[in-house]
Amino acid sequence: MTAVTDKPRLSRAHALDLLKQMIRIRRFEDKCAELYTQEKIRGFLHLYDGEEAVAVGVIPVLEQRDRVVATYREHGHALVRGVPMTAALAEMYGKQEGCSRGRGGSMHLFDRATNFYGGNAIVGGGLPLAIGLALADHMRGDDIVTACFFGEGAVAEGEFHESLNLAALWGLPVLFVCENNLYAMGTALVLSESETDIQRKAACYRIASEAVDGMDVVAIEAAARHAVRAVRESGKPYFLECRTYRLRAHSMFDAQLYRDKAEVEAWRHKEPIVRFKGWLEASHMIHPDDLARIEAEIDAEIAEAVTFAESGTWEPVEQLARFTYADSAA
Amino acid sequence: MVEFRMPSLGADMEAGTLVEWLVKPGDQVKRGDVVAVVETQKGAIEIEIFETGRIEQILVNLNSKVPVGTPLARIRTELERKAGVAVAPVAPPARVAKTPPRALRAAPPPSRPAAATPPIVTVPGAAGRARASPAARRLAEMRGVDLATVTGSGPSGAIIRADVERRLVAAPASAETKRPIGLNLDAMRAAIAAAMARSKREIPHYYLEHQVDVTSCEQWLTRTNASRVPDERLLMAALAAKSVALAARRFPLFNGFYHDGKFQAAPAVHLGIAIAIRGGGLAAPALHDVDQMPLDELMARMRDLVQRMRAGRIRSSEMSDSTITVSSLGERGVETLYGIIYPPQVALVGFGKVVARPWLVDGAIGPRSVVTITLAADHRVSDGHAGALFLAEIGKLLQEPEKL
Amino acid sequence: MTAPAAMIEVTYRDAMREAIRDALRRDKNVFLMGEDVGRYGGCYAVSKGLLAEFGPERIRDTPLSESGFTGAGIGAAMAGMRPIVELMTVNFSLLALDQILNTAATVRHMSGNQFGVPLVIRMATGAGRQLAAQHSHSLEGWYAHIPGIKVLAPATVEDARGMLWTAVQDPDPVLIFENVMLYNMTGKLAADAGAVGIDKAAVRRTGRDISLITYGGSLWKALEAAAALAAEDIEAEVIDLRSLRPIDDATIMTSVKKTRRAVIVDEGWRSGSLSAEICTRIIEQAFWELDAPIGRVCSEEVPIPYPRHLEIAAIPQVPKIVAAAKIALGRA
Repeated sequence: MTAVTDKPRLSRAHALDLLKQMIRIRRFEDKCAELYTQEKIRGFLHLYDGEEAVAVGVIPVLEQRDRVVATYREHGHALVRGVPMTAALAEMYGKQEGCSRGRGGSMHLFDRATNFYGGNAIVGGGLPLAIGLALADHMRGDDIVTACFFGEGAVAEGEFHESLNLAALWGLPVLFVCENNLYAMGTALVLSESETDIQRKAACYRIASEAVDGMDVVAIEAAARHAVRAVRESGKPYFLECRTYRLRAHSMFDAQLYRDKAEVEAWRHKEPIVRFKGWLEASHMIHPDDLARIEAEIDAEIAEAVTFAESGTWEPVEQLARFTYADSAA
Repeated sequence: MVEFRMPSLGADMEAGTLVEWLVKPGDQVKRGDVVAVVETQKGAIEIEIFETGRIEQILVNLNSKVPVGTPLARIRTELERKAGVAVAPVAPPARVAKTPPRALRAAPPPSRPAAATPPIVTVPGAAGRARASPAARRLAEMRGVDLATVTGSGPSGAIIRADVERRLVAAPASAETKRPIGLNLDAMRAAIAAAMARSKREIPHYYLEHQVDVTSCEQWLTRTNASRVPDERLLMAALAAKSVALAARRFPLFNGFYHDGKFQAAPAVHLGIAIAIRGGGLAAPALHDVDQMPLDELMARMRDLVQRMRAGRIRSSEMSDSTITVSSLGERGVETLYGIIYPPQVALVGFGKVVARPWLVDGAIGPRSVVTITLAADHRVSDGHAGALFLAEIGKLLQEPEKL
Repeated sequence: MTAPAAMIEVTYRDAMREAIRDALRRDKNVFLMGEDVGRYGGCYAVSKGLLAEFGPERIRDTPLSESGFTGAGIGAAMAGMRPIVELMTVNFSLLALDQILNTAATVRHMSGNQFGVPLVIRMATGAGRQLAAQHSHSLEGWYAHIPGIKVLAPATVEDARGMLWTAVQDPDPVLIFENVMLYNMTGKLAADAGAVGIDKAAVRRTGRDISLITYGGSLWKALEAAAALAAEDIEAEVIDLRSLRPIDDATIMTSVKKTRRAVIVDEGWRSGSLSAEICTRIIEQAFWELDAPIGRVCSEEVPIPYPRHLEIAAIPQVPKIVAAAKIALGRA
């Protein structure tokens, strides 16, 4: 089942970095939840708790020139990719210092500098976009990989199938990363898909695919290294299904009537941060001081981001029409 | 002491009902602990606390529905405990106090309306065409109102239905719609008598007289009319009217109404043209904005008025809004006219007959066409000095007829 | 003084093909993508011969995946290409509506101007070939509703030849609607005809009595109606909108100010149509100039039927335009 994996170089420094990245996302999301209850962040908020290993395992494997397409649950992806936390949080506040000028909010983080092509509020909406980005690179013969993240819910959309077919048919350098967290909002996978083994669907399109334990950041990194190399060398798409779980509700306003608390608790015991930390402690690769230091650094960064967002400014209303078109005047 | 408040859990959540407390005063809590259950339209949601410390006081009772932002409990945080901050108990409110939600700085008030849509530019209307709404036109058509005599109060001065209605109401009870022939002369004479008596009674008139050389007017008229058909020829009366209107524009004390002890200058110059009716009647219907009216149009309208007057088709509804009146008895052969002001106006300009007189021009005596113009004015509003300037202005304007 | 270029007779189809060819030659980032544009030569034969000339990478056949390949066009545009996506007809474009509205139209504004979408989407539109209800829509009005995109309706061979390159160079998404009844139409075109502007309406016929305002396939019906009206001493001014978003208000209002009457001819269904938008703009900007209510000739409120006589009755026709004009003139 598993293809040849590249053993990640798991030096202590690298391991600590993986842990830090995941904790950084977790704490950031936690702060977002708090700010949301205080109405500083508005609209919809979709948090990544439990899925951190996927973004942390895959994205650092990409090069700067590669492209990333994500979903409305994209804070973690943006942070790992290098979107400054200040800009991300300011964006969620709606301040014009945000990465999308405050215009997009939580679901629409965009960042040209890091080739981050958004947040998308339409399930499956990013897949054709990713195909197009890859098509451009393919036509120009550029060595660029487009990583497209989406949830297993997108698999039901027609655009998923159209996009996989096009990627395979035209040989496009796309890494499809399906974050299978078992629930599309409130609908369990078993209730929406006739075939729940998602990576098999990719095989139907003759796309090389594998499934990996989404709670194991090391396994994901290994799989990602292999996958990205395959895409880069062959120019053909690759499909990586990461089997993970969403610890929080779909969004903030969700009573979670569709799943048992016991189920959530069970997954909480094997979530990626708990798991990786436990493994590092057991291997004596981490000391309590490391954790305290990591947490302090992260908390400081978050506090700075909150200050930045709080003191940010509102885009003047007169500018409302600006950038509807390239030449629309203020 | 820190307050734990009802959290906002969604864009459309305004309030929540506390249905269960999972902690009580004295319990230690840490950031992330679930401390209560709130019933919302989506179902029961567990809410977490973001502080670490000790529950000191519960502020809200179970099953109370409270707005987002309402304090639910007080927590003594770790920091406070370490600092030894004294705890001051607060009596729990008898019922839930209405606390406005925190962080209402969600959006700033709009400073200026966003120019998201291009500004609507109204096409300027064709000159000379009254801007009137369909409703106004319909009513004017039905009741025989000439829109040119109606002042508009609609957008950009357009005439709306109410303006036409006002016009109809302003005229006295004898206001009539189009009558093919005949006028109630007795009623009109009675009305004139009343108006004139009132005028002489209330208005302290003063009179000024001025002789004006109108030779250049006559010469200009001859030249201009040479190439015109009779129906389009200009008469001295038009020059007289236009010059009075232009002068009235420059001397606002003679153009307006005196009401309730106060003079109100009129923004427009609506010239009353005094016209005698066969059989003894007199009317002075108004032409609007004569100061801006081209001579040809003015002449045409005056002709039209006279025609209708002869046919008995003047409507008394047209006579109520002159701002100044001009009267000419030149045709009757009279040289000077001393008129009576039509209240509530404050001036009347009279023109006598144009006669040939010996006149001094450049040191030599020669025949010139001269007309005597008079001013009857309300001394409550203006004095002789102003009146003299006003008359002199009219005389001056008549020296350059081509500019009228 | 240079001699004027020779005039050649071309079909609308030929003119559009030449426009595509011209764009492909001028910019190597331009490519055409859509169903049957390559080997089949295009559903309406617009791209016939282009595959042989430019190869399968630049004349790219797609599977029946409107959402997929329209989204791909959007992504490719965001990454610096200049794609021309051909959606076979507006009827199938509905499958791509999400990508057009939620991605193409929103990205620039939503990303704070970090990314733009210089994409052209061409579609055939309109009724008249007895293709029945699912193949006969005129939904230009729906697209013209959306901020962030531009919408064009070339109705002459000159515009078919000239609008495309200007659209390709536009940094924002441009939709071009080609009425199916126009492909076979012939017209005279200068041999050196090139790019034309895309933001102004054109007065195709001057007149003093009434303004006939229209676009696309209905232009020729409006002109025919104008000829019929002239025989009754009614001189109609015919305005070809050319751009449906943005709409050239200035040209419309100048005309209406002159004629004081307007009839709008719009092949969309009447309710909530583009004609309603134009009507309202005339009321907003030229109310005081009007001497009569604004008339509209639109498609009847029915799914377009198959049999010829019913299809004819369902869409705007010359007699209806003439009748509407006469009503406005009180000559009914």
